[in-house]
Amino acid sequence: MGNYIVRRLIQAFFLMFLLSIVMFALVNLAPGGPLAGHGQSRHVRPERVEMLKRQFGLDKPLPTQYLIWLAGNDWMKVDTNGDGVFEEYGTRKGILRGDFGFSFRTRKPVLEEIGLRLSNTLYLMGVMLIVSLLIAIPVGILSAVKQYSGFDIVMTTFFFAGQAIPEFWLGLILILIFYGYLENPFTGGPLLPAGGMYSLQGGFSLVDRLVHLILPVTAGALGWIAWYSRFLRSNMLDVIHLDYMRTARAKGLPQRLVIFKHGLRNALIPLVTMLALDLPYVVTGAVFIETIFSWPGMGRLYYQSAMDRDYPVLMAILIISGALMIFSNLMADLVYGYLDPRIRYD
Amino acid sequence: MTDYAIEQQLKGPTPQPQAATSYQGMVWRRFFKHRGAVAGAIVLAVVVLSVLLAGLSPYDPIEPNMKETLQPPSLSHPMGTDALGRDYLTRVLYGGRVSLAVGVMVVMITLTLGVSIGSVAGYFGGWLDSVLMRFTDAVLTLPAFLILILLSTIMREIELPFFTQNNVVAIAVVIGLLSWMTFARLTRAAILTLREMDYVKASISLGASSLRVITRHILPNMVGLLVVEATLELSYAIIEESGLSFLGFGIQPPTPSWGNLLSNASEHFLKHPWLAIFPGLMIFLTIISVNYIGDGLRDAFDPHKVLQKVGEV
Repeated sequence: MGNYIVRRLIQAFFLMFLLSIVMFALVNLAPGGPLAGHGQSRHVRPERVEMLKRQFGLDKPLPTQYLIWLAGNDWMKVDTNGDGVFEEYGTRKGILRGDFGFSFRTRKPVLEEIGLRLSNTLYLMGVMLIVSLLIAIPVGILSAVKQYSGFDIVMTTFFFAGQAIPEFWLGLILILIFYGYLENPFTGGPLLPAGGMYSLQGGFSLVDRLVHLILPVTAGALGWIAWYSRFLRSNMLDVIHLDYMRTARAKGLPQRLVIFKHGLRNALIPLVTMLALDLPYVVTGAVFIETIFSWPGMGRLYYQSAMDRDYPVLMAILIISGALMIFSNLMADLVYGYLDPRIRYD
Repeated sequence: MTDYAIEQQLKGPTPQPQAATSYQGMVWRRFFKHRGAVAGAIVLAVVVLSVLLAGLSPYDPIEPNMKETLQPPSLSHPMGTDALGRDYLTRVLYGGRVSLAVGVMVVMITLTLGVSIGSVAGYFGGWLDSVLMRFTDAVLTLPAFLILILLSTIMREIELPFFTQNNVVAIAVVIGLLSWMTFARLTRAAILTLREMDYVKASISLGASSLRVITRHILPNMVGLLVVEATLELSYAIIEESGLSFLGFGIQPPTPSWGNLLSNASEHFLKHPWLAIFPGLMIFLTIISVNYIGDGLRDAFDPHKVLQKVGEV
């Protein structure tokens, strides 16, 4: 087991390294570039564009830029004020030492930018995940235990519908109904807010926070509920006909114990693995939900950065989510091996 | 899908007393018993037909008509008109052409890429297998949608000879390059199972070339598996394309696609809800039909599951 983990970690390290090169090339090779907008405007003089280019370090060849991004510039002078003279060493530490550079757009450290958004995304996605599981697990168990019952048929239809509704459309329709049409009977305003995390007027209030969560969580969770409940249903069905279930029934255990103690515990193993694999999405956030509901999270930050060609922020988000994907894949395998002793790695 | 399930599926149909018809005949009969799949096939046929016949519309999908802006649905404009006075039904149908074309192209790209990589890896094994499968795993760990956004911004600005047709092909290529992995894994797993079958061994010992064994004996036996996966891929690709276009990274206006129609709608949809309702409804109907068809095909090609359903296993 120890050997296995070490081998996987070494693989993960090389994979990350390759990934970072590919992503760096992709991000930087995009035509246009962060200064394209400046170049086209008549009000920006070409000297200024040159200056920004030097300040951002875009004047250097790509491999040099990559090395500075990766390991810092202790070995090379850079032009920090853009006057054409290379004056300073060691202004950048490189991502290996935790320095993701500065955002082109706001000139703030990338990690600071991400830190602001990360908590908002974790908050939204955390609630979404918990709500999804609280609904999906009972639904999944019930439809498996009562296979082909009315409930199961309704839930199967719901599954197909939930899979087919694009979340960006669902978001718009929810806003249309709960913000556009339905009115709050007390104030006469819209029933639910169309976006944002809280009202701008008034101080902190829990009710206000919750009210702002309802629509984005509904729009985002529907697909998850459909997917997770279906997944659990099919796992339960795989388990339900096995011999140990029959044995449990034969020795006179009540149905409740057979289902929850013997069935569910085995059926949940794949679901836990699936959760581990979905973990990166909790961090990178839902681009659509955050865009539609003006939620200041990671997804929207990535979207804005892609629009503005904010290379350092793009790279940071790509690297973080790439690392999380690799890490969660490893976690999923380990958790699976831990929960199900029949699985052996060597 | 687990290896066991694939194996079960590949063993082919268990001979049944009434199975005097061909294997294909049995597959079709099972498909038509699946009510959801039949309904899905009908809805999809209607969507595809009306999208193909979009040219019969008396209105132009691109040319603005400022005399009739933002009309609600009526007899002459069943889906109303948009902010530039264009008939919305016409635009939605033309948008469907783009969305469906991207979907079909993605399926062809992923099928070609995935099946070739998977068959080479599975059939030849050894170091080639290791290299190809490590590569597949690596692509699988990419944060796909983020890369998709990035790649489509790049593709949008590169001028390539075949990519001038308003980046429809470019978007399809980008989505395809990031979603062939399931096909590759599925093909490899299936080939590992099929390679051990007696009829394949017989063919090899008779001196058949690798290419012949793969194309004549192995691939035909995987058709069911691949067709089912292709339906999943089709609905995935349509959703990805509309998502990208919704964010403004995919198909660019004035060429309509279901995604960018929705994205344009988000400015005025509170006052003019039809702008948001219809394109989304089309996506929804298409995806749900494709998914039901896929489910029906899975049952049709998978006798094991069908037997389980009627309680014989």
